[in-house]
Amino acid sequence: MEKKLKVAALRNGTVIDHIPADKLYKVVSILRLETSENQITIGNNLESAKVGKKGIIKISDRAFAVDETNKIALIAPNAKINIIRDYQVVEKRVLTLPEEIREIVQCTNPNCITNNQPVTTRFLVLTHNNEIMLKCHYCEREVKRDEVRIK
Amino acid sequence: MSNKSLVSISDYSKEEILAILDSAAEFEANPNRKTLDGKVIATLFFEPSTRTRLSFETAVIRLGGSIIGFSDAATSSSSKGETLNDTIHMVSCYADAIVMRHPLEGAARYASEVSPVPIVNAGDGSNQHPSQTLLDMYSILKTQGTLENMTICVVGDLKYGRTVHSLIMAMSHFHPTFKFIAPAELRIPDEYKVFCQRNDIPFTEVTELYDNFQDADILYMTRVQKERFQDLMEYERVKNVYTLKNSMLYNTKPNLRILHPLPRVSEIDPDVDENEKAYYFHQAQNGLYVRQAIVSKVLGL
Repeated sequence: MEKKLKVAALRNGTVIDHIPADKLYKVVSILRLETSENQITIGNNLESAKVGKKGIIKISDRAFAVDETNKIALIAPNAKINIIRDYQVVEKRVLTLPEEIREIVQCTNPNCITNNQPVTTRFLVLTHNNEIMLKCHYCEREVKRDEVRIK
Repeated sequence: MSNKSLVSISDYSKEEILAILDSAAEFEANPNRKTLDGKVIATLFFEPSTRTRLSFETAVIRLGGSIIGFSDAATSSSSKGETLNDTIHMVSCYADAIVMRHPLEGAARYASEVSPVPIVNAGDGSNQHPSQTLLDMYSILKTQGTLENMTICVVGDLKYGRTVHSLIMAMSHFHPTFKFIAPAELRIPDEYKVFCQRNDIPFTEVTELYDNFQDADILYMTRVQKERFQDLMEYERVKNVYTLKNSMLYNTKPNLRILHPLPRVSEIDPDVDENEKAYYFHQAQNGLYVRQAIVSKVLGL
């Protein structure tokens, strides 16, 4: 049986698929798509065998650097990035968490310099006992991945 | 950016820690030299800390250097809303190094990234205070003759006590055994227990002070602060149970020394002061030599 596309096919650009539905708008914000001039199709709460309800984003005529897409690994580690040229997938990208995350995460410590002065946040990504932790480069406080606050 | 700054005790390797302690011993033998002749050191205290400021300033003056700065943010331009970035840039036009105390955690790390001159962290909120850790280590070395294989009992506020956390990290190079003695509310955070496990450092945890430090070489006391407790009844109980009295030292090892970062409130009874095992006032004096060593190192002297 032929599958019917719920979101129109893309000629050239980037497709981000399998985003958990509750993370879709965070991904939009991390990639700063609000200010993008490109044509963008966003679908959410689509049925997915893998993640229950998923979101998908299609951005025409735009490629993302690896370190840009890796930023979303923090909140949507299983999202799939497909780079499309002439309706063909030319690259499938697997997300990997960077060693350091800049800007997008807010420190949970209200007394941290980054919450009180114009300082760009920096977090080191650590693994303790198979649990991913983010350590603030400035105040040195560690938070668990699922307690992270995205700006 | 200067890589010579001292922000966190973990910035220093084991060798660098030992070099600082060696250098401190030389300054103790001869604390008045003119090695900082012509140098200007800024002490920027965005929150007051008279003890630490006087120690750093004396260290500089005894080496022939000069001091500029402020002892309270209310008298500085930060009260007009100037950013830390701007204050650091401005002061670095005048000074060869900056000693800084700031109420916000991470302030010293940030300052070290924007400053063209070295930064010495003299305390950033509840985060780091590396000169305290180094003077604690100097005190251990001086009284025990070694840093290796010490049994260290740390007592009091192990949850929020930054001096305790830094001491655990710094002593991890020297095969210590720790005993953590704290009321349930103020017990050592899990991340430090994980740190000990990862570094093969044996430790035990108990909740009562009495009769629990007979095997100790070092008894490291900290202040138990009232504002850390939700239940004030519990605070009153803990305050009394966690007071070290001279009579409790009867059965302890002869080489035991009692350290405390000071100021103390009620956790050490004044009747301990006369005991030869009380070392906290000497410890404060050691701070002078250690800070002379730190300022000299960051200036590359």
